[in-house]
Amino acid sequence: MSGKTIAEKILASHSLSDSDIIPGTIINAKIDLILSHFGTARVVLDYRKIKPSKLRKVFDPSKIVVILDHYSPAPSERIAAVHDIIRKFVKSQGIKFFYDIKEGICHQVLPEKGHVRPGMLIIGGDSHTTTHGAFNAAACGIGNTDLFHAFVTGQMWFKVPETIKFNIQGNLPYNTTSKDIIIKIAGDYSAEVARYKAIEFSGKTMEDLSIASRMTMSNFSLELGAKFAFGVPDQKVVDWVQERTTEPFNLIKPDLDAVYEKAFNLNIDDLEPQVSCPHTVDNVKPISEVIGTKINQAFLGSCTNGRYEDLEIAAKILDGKKIHKDVRLIVTPASQEVWLKVAKSGVAETLINAGAIITNPNCGACFGGHQGLLAPGERCISSSNRNFKGRMGSLAAELYLGSPATVAASAIQGEITDPRDY
Amino acid sequence: MALTGTKAIKAYKDILKGKVWVFPDNVDTDAISPTQYLSNINAAVEYTCESVIKDFPSKVKDGDIIVAGRNFGCGSSRETAPIILQEKGITAIIAESFARIFYRSSIARALPVIEIEGISKEFKTGELIEVNVPEAEITNLSTNKKFRGKKFNPILLNILKNGGLEKQLLAELKAQGKG
Repeated sequence: MSGKTIAEKILASHSLSDSDIIPGTIINAKIDLILSHFGTARVVLDYRKIKPSKLRKVFDPSKIVVILDHYSPAPSERIAAVHDIIRKFVKSQGIKFFYDIKEGICHQVLPEKGHVRPGMLIIGGDSHTTTHGAFNAAACGIGNTDLFHAFVTGQMWFKVPETIKFNIQGNLPYNTTSKDIIIKIAGDYSAEVARYKAIEFSGKTMEDLSIASRMTMSNFSLELGAKFAFGVPDQKVVDWVQERTTEPFNLIKPDLDAVYEKAFNLNIDDLEPQVSCPHTVDNVKPISEVIGTKINQAFLGSCTNGRYEDLEIAAKILDGKKIHKDVRLIVTPASQEVWLKVAKSGVAETLINAGAIITNPNCGACFGGHQGLLAPGERCISSSNRNFKGRMGSLAAELYLGSPATVAASAIQGEITDPRDY
Repeated sequence: MALTGTKAIKAYKDILKGKVWVFPDNVDTDAISPTQYLSNINAAVEYTCESVIKDFPSKVKDGDIIVAGRNFGCGSSRETAPIILQEKGITAIIAESFARIFYRSSIARALPVIEIEGISKEFKTGELIEVNVPEAEITNLSTNKKFRGKKFNPILLNILKNGGLEKQLLAELKAQGKG
């Protein structure tokens, strides 16, 4: 019998079905952790339909994390009412882990607070739940009905995915980041390359990357269609997680003879910064082909690139400089912890002196909720994850995706700019 | 907030017939369910997919069926995407491929979703289609050509037949409450 991939091992250890864990099989599995944000409101409405009412219970109040990160703080009375519904539900169900509007973006807060450990099976009512693959967890997004089912039963059906492998070698050139690698992958292999599949990232480059940089890649893997997106299972993960929790865990490594549907080999020694152009993430061009494109806004934030190292690299580029007079630079730290760190280290001061606006940690501008939407005809360079038509405000606006370094350099020039020149 | 429940879920039928809307590759969830109407389905239905097919929201009729290219429903986990299409009367979606979360949520909402390679080239908007759900067999009634997808796993077909995952679970709980 052949060996197993990380996805196959984690699904096998959580399966409630008798079936062999081979790609394509559908199994029922028990879930270790459920993440739920704004969409919790729909779950609450579903709960009200349960009869008899004594069965209106979550399966385990200690295995659900509810967090208010979309529309935070509430920008309207309507949203305030939704938040109110969620807070009351959390209290009445005794849900142990609730993070209110101040904490930040779910995919940053979850690992920071020690909820994510290697080997876990995690589902979340948010597509970018794949982020937690950076911590060697099998984590994927789902919709609200599946979420409701999981809240009640603690279980979900899973199709065992094929696994594809990206073996990445080489050293990142100056002022290029892991974002450039993952955008390059989208451009070369399409936004469908990992559709319904698990990704395993491997190779020397991945080993060299920080946990934050790996999170960026696991996060953006959703835009490649991925179900799970595992970083390298190494000591860096162990050290990071052990700083956050005392709960025990084991790293899950793939067997040497694990079967991959496909393996891709990349060398990034000569990687140019990459940009996803309107209106799909895989409409990718190297920066040299889009330099000079005028912008009205630059956005630095999101669960993809709102971490300390992202704001730090931007601050290094912006240090002692001013952003272009016709550009708005909106910076959203990914969490309260990140915000505090940039406040203490001087990164925040550098950004503000350069002309940036720093918002509270939340999902706002990235998903087109609030705090930085675009008018018709406007153009934005963003460190976030989607550039669909209408994603950040007007249907007639244009969104370009790039690394935090590209966002910072472009904010200075008022046009898309190569960060290697800084 | 106008969060709709299951009112748009119609009783399960083995055979569906309707008029076709052909959609391109990579129709994303922001196009189907625009962010500005996320908590207001009644408003969202007026604008769904307008950035892809301008007159879709005004002309789509109850019982129509979508035939799409690759990666239909890519993007967000918002379940409002399949919900809005159901609210508009869409009874099934046949695509060359679906984004994972959209696929799951459609099954959960009892909206049959069937993958068939190359299918979007076999239909024109306005043609008539017949969908045999359990057999995953599609007929273009205008050209009389037949196509076959992969049959549903029994767990998924049951969810469709039970009127969706929510209804299925509520029925199980009700039975449990009596037990």
